[in-house]
Amino acid sequence: MNDQTMTPEERAANLKGMGSSRKRVEDVRFTQGKGNYVDDIKLDGMLFGDFVRSPYAHARVVSVNKEAALAQPGVIAVLTAEDLAPLGLHWMPTLAGDKQMVLADGKVLFQGQEVAFVVAEDRYIAADAAELVEVEYEELPVLTDPFEALKSDVVLREDIADQTEGAHGPRKHHNHIFTWEQGDKDATEAILAEADVVAEEMVYYHRTHPCPLETCGSVASMDKVTGKLTLYGTFQAPHAIRTVVSLISGIAEHNIRVISPDIGGGFGNKVGAYAGYVCSVVASIVTGKPVKWVEDRMENLMSTAFARDYWMQGKIAATKDGKITGLWCHTTADHGGFDACADPTKFPAGFMNICTGSYDIPTAYLAVDGVYTNKAPGGVAYRCSFRVTEAAYFIERMIEVLAIKLNMDAAELRRINFIKADQFPYQSALGWEYDSGDYHTAWDKALKAVDYDGLRAEQAQRVEEFKAGKTRKLLGIGLTHFTEIVGAGPVKNCDILGLGMFDSCEIRIHPTGSAIARLGTISQGQGHATTFAQIIASEIGLPADDITLEEGDTDTAPYGLGTYGSRSTPVAGAATAMAARKIRAKAQMIAAYLLEVHDDDVEWDVDRFSVKGAPERFKTMKEIAFAAYNQAIPGLEPGLEAVSYYDPPNMTYPFGAYICVMEIDVDTGEWDVRKFYALDDCGTRINPMIIDGQVHGGVTEALAIAMGQEIAYDEMGNVKTGTLMDFFLPTAWETPNYITDYTVTPSPHHPIGAKGVGESPNVGGVPCFSNAVHDAFRPFGLVQSHMPHDHWRIWKIANGLGMHG
Amino acid sequence: MIPAGFEYHRPGDIASAIGILQEHGDEARVIAGGHSLIPMMKLRMAEMGHLVDLQAIDELKGIQIGSDTVTLGAMVTQHELITHDGLAAAIPLIREAALQIADPQVRYMGTVGGNVANGDPGNDMPGLMQCLNATFELSGPDGNRSVAAREFYEAAYFTAREDEEILTRISIPVPGAGVGQAYEKQKRKIGDYATAAAAVMVGNGTASVAMTNLADTPIWSEGASAALADGDVNGCVAAMLDAIEPVADNRGPVEFKKHVAAVMLRRAIDRAQSRAG
Repeated sequence: MNDQTMTPEERAANLKGMGSSRKRVEDVRFTQGKGNYVDDIKLDGMLFGDFVRSPYAHARVVSVNKEAALAQPGVIAVLTAEDLAPLGLHWMPTLAGDKQMVLADGKVLFQGQEVAFVVAEDRYIAADAAELVEVEYEELPVLTDPFEALKSDVVLREDIADQTEGAHGPRKHHNHIFTWEQGDKDATEAILAEADVVAEEMVYYHRTHPCPLETCGSVASMDKVTGKLTLYGTFQAPHAIRTVVSLISGIAEHNIRVISPDIGGGFGNKVGAYAGYVCSVVASIVTGKPVKWVEDRMENLMSTAFARDYWMQGKIAATKDGKITGLWCHTTADHGGFDACADPTKFPAGFMNICTGSYDIPTAYLAVDGVYTNKAPGGVAYRCSFRVTEAAYFIERMIEVLAIKLNMDAAELRRINFIKADQFPYQSALGWEYDSGDYHTAWDKALKAVDYDGLRAEQAQRVEEFKAGKTRKLLGIGLTHFTEIVGAGPVKNCDILGLGMFDSCEIRIHPTGSAIARLGTISQGQGHATTFAQIIASEIGLPADDITLEEGDTDTAPYGLGTYGSRSTPVAGAATAMAARKIRAKAQMIAAYLLEVHDDDVEWDVDRFSVKGAPERFKTMKEIAFAAYNQAIPGLEPGLEAVSYYDPPNMTYPFGAYICVMEIDVDTGEWDVRKFYALDDCGTRINPMIIDGQVHGGVTEALAIAMGQEIAYDEMGNVKTGTLMDFFLPTAWETPNYITDYTVTPSPHHPIGAKGVGESPNVGGVPCFSNAVHDAFRPFGLVQSHMPHDHWRIWKIANGLGMHG
Repeated sequence: MIPAGFEYHRPGDIASAIGILQEHGDEARVIAGGHSLIPMMKLRMAEMGHLVDLQAIDELKGIQIGSDTVTLGAMVTQHELITHDGLAAAIPLIREAALQIADPQVRYMGTVGGNVANGDPGNDMPGLMQCLNATFELSGPDGNRSVAAREFYEAAYFTAREDEEILTRISIPVPGAGVGQAYEKQKRKIGDYATAAAAVMVGNGTASVAMTNLADTPIWSEGASAALADGDVNGCVAAMLDAIEPVADNRGPVEFKKHVAAVMLRRAIDRAQSRAG
């Protein structure tokens, strides 16, 4: 095989390295029902936990009577805040510098909040007993509107009512959390005052939920003999969870083993820490037995981390020719009862300051006010980097609003404002350094691919037909050019709970030339075992099929900050390449020794080192691996392994051009996506098939969010969308076909030039669908209407424009 | 989503099933396909000590196609309604509506009897059966009786069926040649209940019009039907809009539902008329 009869190209193809559409190795077990998820974990003597949850959004807990529940055969314990208080575990720190009740301590702040934890011998007894716990509540006034909350006398967080200083600076009101400002306020306001044109609009990105297929859960097992705690759970960041568990429980970190088994989707929902995790640990410590907690779908939607809920007031200034001169944004962020946003510590509104988007906007200002309300906590990055989808939605709506004000074509307005290819690295007005991009090339390719001019002509004709009474359907052309910021991130400015956001990879080459690699990340469906093996295959010349990949066990994997925010490829993928290069460097010395030449006289050739100028004299990586274990090589340690902890010098900035063509029935509000074109530039492409899959999934989640998915509350704080009947999760039937395309602009600072792609389609997809809806009604006078664009809200637009006679 | 405990019964004939219902009174409920009842049990909104599963009772199965009447056993699944060629020929409206119910997995289990007997205003079959002027056969401790579909529904989940009765069969007059039929349904996604749905038959100087999920029972309107029989489409729609009483929910406010109801009805009428004669 590895002789000179094969060309270098053939040898490279055999490796199934970078660029290969290698089939996902994970799918063998997933498609046969052989995955191993948290709820598949069964341990001897395992007990089951279930929560008593608050039916009220805001109430004082007057009393909790456990007697009837405890009298039930098979019930082991009923835990309340009183039981956790002596351990200091009735509250827990949040990722946002706030603290959160584990079990209701005197009051509840949202419907579905955890009040008591019932532990029983089986799942059914636990559920029966939870019904028997008698909780007396005294209802309190409910605040579901963040603007009202900032004016109300009602104090939601009595525990911090007197604190005028929060984790992110001064608090202006007892329901205020923080104000976060970026950019130059005075300069921006000066530009707005003098501009030819200013468009102003409130852009609301409604509250939704990641709703992964697998809900959250954990199994805790405290071994009282060894003193070791094993915690299985749905963790997107298992190493950070180990550290947090150690810090809050007092158990030494080496005595804690955290395992994330297979995870059935995360999308940010599984980044934070939940009461169920803490309660399963406490219950296992108390009972000495393993304790499992797995939430159901309604609990997942009602109580675990939501996403979005940003009210973004925007002003955008431009010359009369359409050159944007300034951008102003004030965001009111509804965080719910506790600030549990999963953002790097110094970024309480995530990377919302990427809201200048793909455009060369010289001056900008952003302020975000975080507010407490009687809703579930969260604020996670649902298939996006931290608050990037909010930022992208904001700017892509503001561009459309400006285009209306200027009476310009929105595609042309974008084109004349794009950052130019020769401006990279580009310093944005709100503080980021964009690494690389070529927006004009991508944009032109996209417009050409869909025949943009033809679509506009068709739309104009449709408008005429509509006005003539020949059709009741409108045609919308949704445009988006988004810029993501992913790969958090440089340790100097990104940490979570003080843990720098580096990531890691450790590679061991076995004597026969196969390998195992372990990373600090954890796949939730992204296909890490497939793609990271491809990086290694290309870097060290061993076939991807011969490389095992492991993640998620803190006893074996190197420390890392986990998988979310499209950070795995930018950070852990870089660590993988760097570790592989260390191995290749040692392999070079081994090869030189075996070939009896100087180190500098051999060169890398796909899967081998050969003597410069004499390619027939070579040693393959397989031969080198064996030599590493069976030869005494002067000056070299035996073995062949390496570890890399990678601290990225910058974020990466994937981008893309998306176009949606949508038909809208003005009489029913029904919509139909006729075409969706997605061009993604994620830098170097590791596995095109996985990229396509990521784009399909991400755009489908974007479709869901834009066209119907929401967590809605009534004025009493009741969740109105707590089941999949009302919470829109598209089926294959509602999911359109997608056309995917790409350009390649490598990241200049990433070892292999890759940027990450998992979240781009959601970031770009949401404004694209929403813009299509808006665009359909633009000829009839619509400027702005809030998502989700479900049937009745689309109907309401048409009705408001007088289209129903 | 963990139901409370219950005893499970699986009788082999109707008489045994009625016996179990008599023995346990309102502690017992029959279960057909389970697609309404089991979610309610998981939510603990329905709790009963005894669940009487009807799937082993052969008397409740089967589709008979007569020249004047079609008879459906209560345990006939939606899937069987869709795949039965004779039924599709005799009353195409049933297949057309069944295809718009839920998704294939649900339709393999969901039954026509469960759908009509449960009294859920979201279910499609009750309105359809009112449109078709079907008759429900009930068996109870005192023997058998028939109730017209148009007389069966009293309020949401309340019907003319007594606690100890079982709905066993559905008899439907065959509309005959020349009668056009159509079922038009707007829903948010596959598997959803209707935002509004309309069942229409028209032809040979007759018409029948019923709508779904726009009140706490299905709505068959005599006035709307008579207007349509006279060819007065606007009168038909106006009469129906008078008859429905939609409530606001996540699908939208009342104003929207009334508008969509009219749109669905007009579309169903158009299609039914195009198939008539």
